[in-house]
Amino acid sequence: MGGRDPNVVLLDENGKRSDGRTVNETRKVTIKAGVLKNANGSAYIEFGENKILAGIYGPRDVHPKHLSNPDTGILRCRYHMSPFSVGERKNPAPSRREVEISKVIKEALEPAVILDQFPRTVVDIFLEILQADGGTRCAALAAASVALADAGIPMRDMVSACAAGKVADTVILDVNNEEDQAGQADMPMGYMPNLKKITLLQLDGVLTPEEYKKCVEVGIDGCNQVYEIQKKALEEKYFSKGDQ
Amino acid sequence: MSKDKRYVIPGDIITTGPYRPEQNVILDGNKMIATCIGLSDITDGAVRVIPLTGRYIPKGDDLVVGKVISHSAMSWEVDINSCYLGILPASDVFGRDFSSHANDLTEKLSNGDLIAARIVNFDRTRDPLITISGRELGKIDSGELIKISTTKVPRLIGKRGSMIQMIEEATNANITIGQNGIIIASCENPDGLSKAIRAINMIEEDSHRINLTDMVKKMLESSD
Repeated sequence: MGGRDPNVVLLDENGKRSDGRTVNETRKVTIKAGVLKNANGSAYIEFGENKILAGIYGPRDVHPKHLSNPDTGILRCRYHMSPFSVGERKNPAPSRREVEISKVIKEALEPAVILDQFPRTVVDIFLEILQADGGTRCAALAAASVALADAGIPMRDMVSACAAGKVADTVILDVNNEEDQAGQADMPMGYMPNLKKITLLQLDGVLTPEEYKKCVEVGIDGCNQVYEIQKKALEEKYFSKGDQ
Repeated sequence: MSKDKRYVIPGDIITTGPYRPEQNVILDGNKMIATCIGLSDITDGAVRVIPLTGRYIPKGDDLVVGKVISHSAMSWEVDINSCYLGILPASDVFGRDFSSHANDLTEKLSNGDLIAARIVNFDRTRDPLITISGRELGKIDSGELIKISTTKVPRLIGKRGSMIQMIEEATNANITIGQNGIIIASCENPDGLSKAIRAINMIEEDSHRINLTDMVKKMLESSD
């Protein structure tokens, strides 16, 4: 994940971060819905330097059969980093880290999707990281949620995601790769903006209780910003053509 | 667009108050929440969302077009473009005196055959049961296959079949519409057939427009 520069200034005296952002600013986020023809639903997200493709298949038959549930549909998620997504070639075999992220993304989406209308089926989520720059799990979660809506899977709410963290003893929004490596804490969050519920919360680092509260607040604010962009992406695909 | 009709995405609160949640709407406290992308609609105290995307869910009495993909000793399995396979029992084709020893299922329908069928029964606990006995049902021998999104099918049919009638009359084509989004069009005149296909694709493309009927009419009346 790139070398570490010990002389990097994470927060200068003007309150600017290493990439020129202020403490409460996310990177530039763009989302496009419906980019893959062969998938039932899809989305492409650029979250700063992160580039991620999300594809949804289903609801469809479960294979292997023993995984199917006669009461409800199930969700499966595969988060995968392309060999070329990071500086040094990444072995394409699923790593411990990818298995974990697949699991947390699946569990972050489960409270949102309503699959009891499709018993004995599965909804497959494929997340392909084309380029990584810190915060891929949040970006992938945001893209997966848009792709699920694009596939027409019933959902209680969209799931948006953004990370908060701590560098130079200051709570910041949207941690990038540099800040993740050299910073003090990284806290990715998934959030359902209308239901006001958190579906994903991880924390790597040490925070005081006050800092933790501040982090949650800042993170939710970031999620709301991402939600607006998710909304725009869906509106653009479905509601923009001509008159109504 | 009227006040109670608007575009929604999952999680949007359509309205609050004493309403009844119907298609694609859930009730949370007193909030009516949309669960899919679509057009919200409030009529007679019921709130629903007309979906703009999604797969076909079988419903009793629906006409569907499907492809035979395999068979067991007692039934065929039919791909009906849904998350479930359609089950066509052999006794439906061979009659009541069907015997798995005497009759060979491939005699009547083999893998890859297209059929027009009707959903007899579907309750989600088992795969949907279909039948091909009935008028306009059975094996499809000829015609052009067109696939559209299942959410656009009601628009293609129009109010009481007005849209599809208009296309059929203008082109002399015979069009079978499956509720699962698979359409078979056949016509003796190749120009009529290509025009009918153009009209269907146009409806899929521009289904959200209010003046769609006029647009299709204009296209059908044009000479090229």
